[in-house]
Amino acid sequence: MEAFTKLDGLVAPLDRANVDTDAIIPKQFLKSIKRSGFGPNAFDEWRYLDHGEPGMDNSKRKINPDFVLNKARYQGASVLLTRENFGCGSSREHAPWALEDFGFKVIIASSYADIFFNNCFKNGMLPIVLSAEIVDNLFNQVFATEGYKLDVDLSAQTVTTPSGEVHKFEVDAFRKHCLLNGLDDIGLTMQHQDKIKAFEAKHQQAQPWLFN
Amino acid sequence: MAKTLYDKLFDSHVVHEENGTALIYIDRHLVHEVTSPQAFEGLRLAGRKPWRISSIVATADHNTPTNGWDKGLAGIADPVARLQIETLTSNINEFGAKAYFPFMNKNQGIVHVVGPEQGATLPGMTVVCGDSHTSTHGAFGALAHGIGTSEVEHVMATQCLVQKKSKTMQVLVNGVLGKGVTAKDVALAIIGKTGTAGGNGYAIEFAGSAIRGLSMEGRMTLCNMAIEAGARAGLVAVDDKTIEYVKGRPFSPKADQWDAAVAYWKTLHTDSGAEFDTVVALNAEDIQPQVTWGTSPEMVVSIDGRVPSLDLAKNEVQRADWERAYAYMGLTPNTPINEINIDKVFIGSCTNSRIEDLRAAAAVAKGKHVAPNVKLALVVPGSGLVKAQAEQEGLDKIFIAAGFEWREPGCSMCLAMNADRLEPGERCASTSNRNFEGRQGQGGRTHLVSPEMAAAAAVAGHFVDVRQSLT
Repeated sequence: MEAFTKLDGLVAPLDRANVDTDAIIPKQFLKSIKRSGFGPNAFDEWRYLDHGEPGMDNSKRKINPDFVLNKARYQGASVLLTRENFGCGSSREHAPWALEDFGFKVIIASSYADIFFNNCFKNGMLPIVLSAEIVDNLFNQVFATEGYKLDVDLSAQTVTTPSGEVHKFEVDAFRKHCLLNGLDDIGLTMQHQDKIKAFEAKHQQAQPWLFN
Repeated sequence: MAKTLYDKLFDSHVVHEENGTALIYIDRHLVHEVTSPQAFEGLRLAGRKPWRISSIVATADHNTPTNGWDKGLAGIADPVARLQIETLTSNINEFGAKAYFPFMNKNQGIVHVVGPEQGATLPGMTVVCGDSHTSTHGAFGALAHGIGTSEVEHVMATQCLVQKKSKTMQVLVNGVLGKGVTAKDVALAIIGKTGTAGGNGYAIEFAGSAIRGLSMEGRMTLCNMAIEAGARAGLVAVDDKTIEYVKGRPFSPKADQWDAAVAYWKTLHTDSGAEFDTVVALNAEDIQPQVTWGTSPEMVVSIDGRVPSLDLAKNEVQRADWERAYAYMGLTPNTPINEINIDKVFIGSCTNSRIEDLRAAAAVAKGKHVAPNVKLALVVPGSGLVKAQAEQEGLDKIFIAAGFEWREPGCSMCLAMNADRLEPGERCASTSNRNFEGRQGQGGRTHLVSPEMAAAAAVAGHFVDVRQSLT
């Protein structure tokens, strides 16, 4: 996994609550057996005016000019600003894969669905929780200022606005450690394999029917 | 110290804990074709093998067609879908599994229907699957939740999951449910009350006399929808119904282990005096048949209600959400729910495709006919075994005589990955779990209801209070 430390990135505002993972990456693209290449179909139903299917040449499709991520001023954005309960619904990890492939490294919202939140960290992405009030303020600033960027520092756990306003955010210590160092979870867990074996032996003795 | 059921299940699976992050041991890993190929590929690239093959039970469900089975795999017109189904078979052949029910096997079906009916889901287990509706299995007093593909690979490689303990919520439903009011209505009424984000960060235990009164099928429906309330896990305490359901299933403990298993399972309930972080209470008598009107399961009202008007929205964000939902659903505020006409009906999904669901829908459809304005009414059994049971009971004949299509098992039009889907603008009464934009097909309009309400809507051509047709 790629490490994440700092980012000074252009912000794109997706002003909706409860954005679900079906919207982030529609089901027809889940037929792929690969982990990459989902970016061109992120938010497919909102982003294009025609119906998308795997294998289509997306550069030839009709773009929805009203969809915020299609606006010229947000091209190249790496920070997605959105509303509460982002990533609800299906557990599909294709959602963070699509967002990451699209170019987003950081998401800022007042809350996330649990599975999506967890999936982000497995892919070198940082989902940040800020209060609804701060998120509201950031939306106003993004809309008012073309080229609006935020400076995100995982080590210091801060988001800094262009005017120098600093917002602290919380992040779980273990997830932070993994993200800062780009650590593979499986490798870390395997360091405890003796403990897993010991637990398994005890567990099997107590509930042998689980091992039939 | 008095413990909640969640605490008992979590604590008894902790392998290692450091600064509040735990490694928990996973007993059962359910696998399907959509969220596993990248995990198997990850194992392959790292030269890893599954830690314990006997924990893996796999089936193909999301992508599989529900008709044209006479042509076999070749009948899957979409080559990308076919490849994914074939890839599951080749991965299981390469890595192994305790059981694999491939496409068209007689035991194949929706992974959350297959697990319990095989006895592969047992009380006290930790169960994971790369699917958010894994919460279903919590109906057995098992700690079960959906995971992403990276975690699928992690569980395969290490038999463990990195977890932080959730907060606990008790949803207490006391009283007796009225006739025609089902577990689905309870689930939707709860979500209407808590919102779809209300359970974020929580494991929900459903308790109270109305929950104890539910069958195992009903409890599965309820726990299935816990994720729609935002909770990764839903739970119901073990009781005699749980034990009776599990008994004699293919992977259930056999005679020599049965008594010890039952003795342990009987401890799987919340101790008296244990405290929850949050408690939500509903009266069973207040719950009416529910119908969603919008694009989130929390946008729900009773059958005698109306599409809510904007002045009822709690804040600006919700107002904007509702305005988008009106436009997408093609509805205006204050429209009575029972005046909304439908184009299609879907009875199926991991929420409502078990034998009891099909019996209930058939009882409503029996001797009647699908309304002329309904273009398609699909019944998709949850598994091959559910289908066979239903056919043995003659339910298929009732549905077919009433103008429904009787299909092969799978996830089907719940998520429309296969050919079963809504066309743009089509409106559907669906027993599935999500009414998100595009969920059942781009531009499709989904209204979530119980199987009884779906069957009644199919016959009337619009939503109708099923209680009026029950004698």
